[in-house]
Amino acid sequence: MNINATLIGQSIAFFIFVWFVMKYVWPPLIAALDERKKTIADGLAAAEKGKHEQELAEKAAEKHIKVAKDQAAEILAQAQKRATEIVEEAKGDAREEADGIKKAATAEIDQEVNRAKEHLRQQVASITIAGAEKILKREIDEKAHSDIVDDLIAQI
Amino acid sequence: MAGDSLTSGQYIKHHLQNMTYGNHPDHGWIFAHTPEEAKEMGFWAFHVDSLGWSIALALIFFFAFRKVAKNATTGVPSGFQNFVEMIVEFVNSSVRGSFSGRNDIVAPLALTIFAWVFLMNLMDLVPVDWLPMLAQQIGAAFGADPHHVYFKVVPSTDPNVTFGMALGVFWLMLYYSIKIKGVSGFFGELAFQPFGKVGMPANLVLEGVSLISKPVSLALRLFGNMYAGETIFILIALMFSAGWAVGLFGGVLQLGWAIFHILIITLQAFIFMTLTIVYLDMAHQEH
Repeated sequence: MNINATLIGQSIAFFIFVWFVMKYVWPPLIAALDERKKTIADGLAAAEKGKHEQELAEKAAEKHIKVAKDQAAEILAQAQKRATEIVEEAKGDAREEADGIKKAATAEIDQEVNRAKEHLRQQVASITIAGAEKILKREIDEKAHSDIVDDLIAQI
Repeated sequence: MAGDSLTSGQYIKHHLQNMTYGNHPDHGWIFAHTPEEAKEMGFWAFHVDSLGWSIALALIFFFAFRKVAKNATTGVPSGFQNFVEMIVEFVNSSVRGSFSGRNDIVAPLALTIFAWVFLMNLMDLVPVDWLPMLAQQIGAAFGADPHHVYFKVVPSTDPNVTFGMALGVFWLMLYYSIKIKGVSGFFGELAFQPFGKVGMPANLVLEGVSLISKPVSLALRLFGNMYAGETIFILIALMFSAGWAVGLFGGVLQLGWAIFHILIITLQAFIFMTLTIVYLDMAHQEH
């Protein structure tokens, strides 16, 4: 309990330790703490930036998708229109061709009919002549009355 | 117990006596064998136990923190580095909160005071007989009479230690007061307020007392708290020799007091640190 030179010893030790701590302990610890603080702050800032960038990218992607969708719809509409056109064209062509074929067929049929008629006419004529020949075998000279027969044939 | 032949009074006195090495008028530089001899040594004597423990604890603190400081990584801190950083951060925020000036010594000073005072106080939780008995065994081995080997393990129960630190803070206060404000500014602060220039003598007395009271209160607060705490531990330890029932009760009391004391030793370390910061802040303030 006496006050003695311990006081001086303790004071000296006190100053020496404060000096040591000031020189060797405090600065590196505070430097490490500050640096970590900075690292964390930087990391947080980078994360924030990344988040922002992601948002931007998402927006851009959305925009692109919308444009692509619009384009696709347009292309689809055009294609549909073109398809309709092609079908219409094909229909027209087919109709035309059918008409042509029909016309040609009609013409051929007419020709055939005419030919058949002619043939028939000639046959009727020859039958008539044969008939008349049989009737008039002896009465008429075929050659002498051929102009009359021809006339008949023409009338048939 | 220190010895069966001691009475309670002797036991307590024995525990409150420092191991003293000093210049005895009759015998020269010796270890004091009795409290009377220690008293006769006057000023030129050292409390070997207080100084030894306080320096040993400071070295433990210094090398533990130095190790962390050397290997401090800025990555994820682990284990002891975490603990050290927690304390450093705590001290740093205390300094930033209370100290408005710019001075690189204040934060390391506060850390040293906090850790050192805490460790010195922590010695109070070591059961009061363990280390003194060990010291007696060692003393006996060196040929000394065990009953005359005194050993106090809690440096902060020695007023020399608390005053030593408080005076250290006081010199820093004076140094920075004069450095920042100049001699005339510092003198003006003492002499010209609160009553103006006409009331100079009264001012000097008032301000002088308030200035001196700072280190005194700093030292006595810590000393008083720790001395009282240690005395109670010693009184509780007396119960261990009074039969098993009282001894058991003493054990419960010791546990309770030790748990409560954890609060006190931390609080006293914190108060010493905070007041140091505040006093140095006042020394840095210009009016």
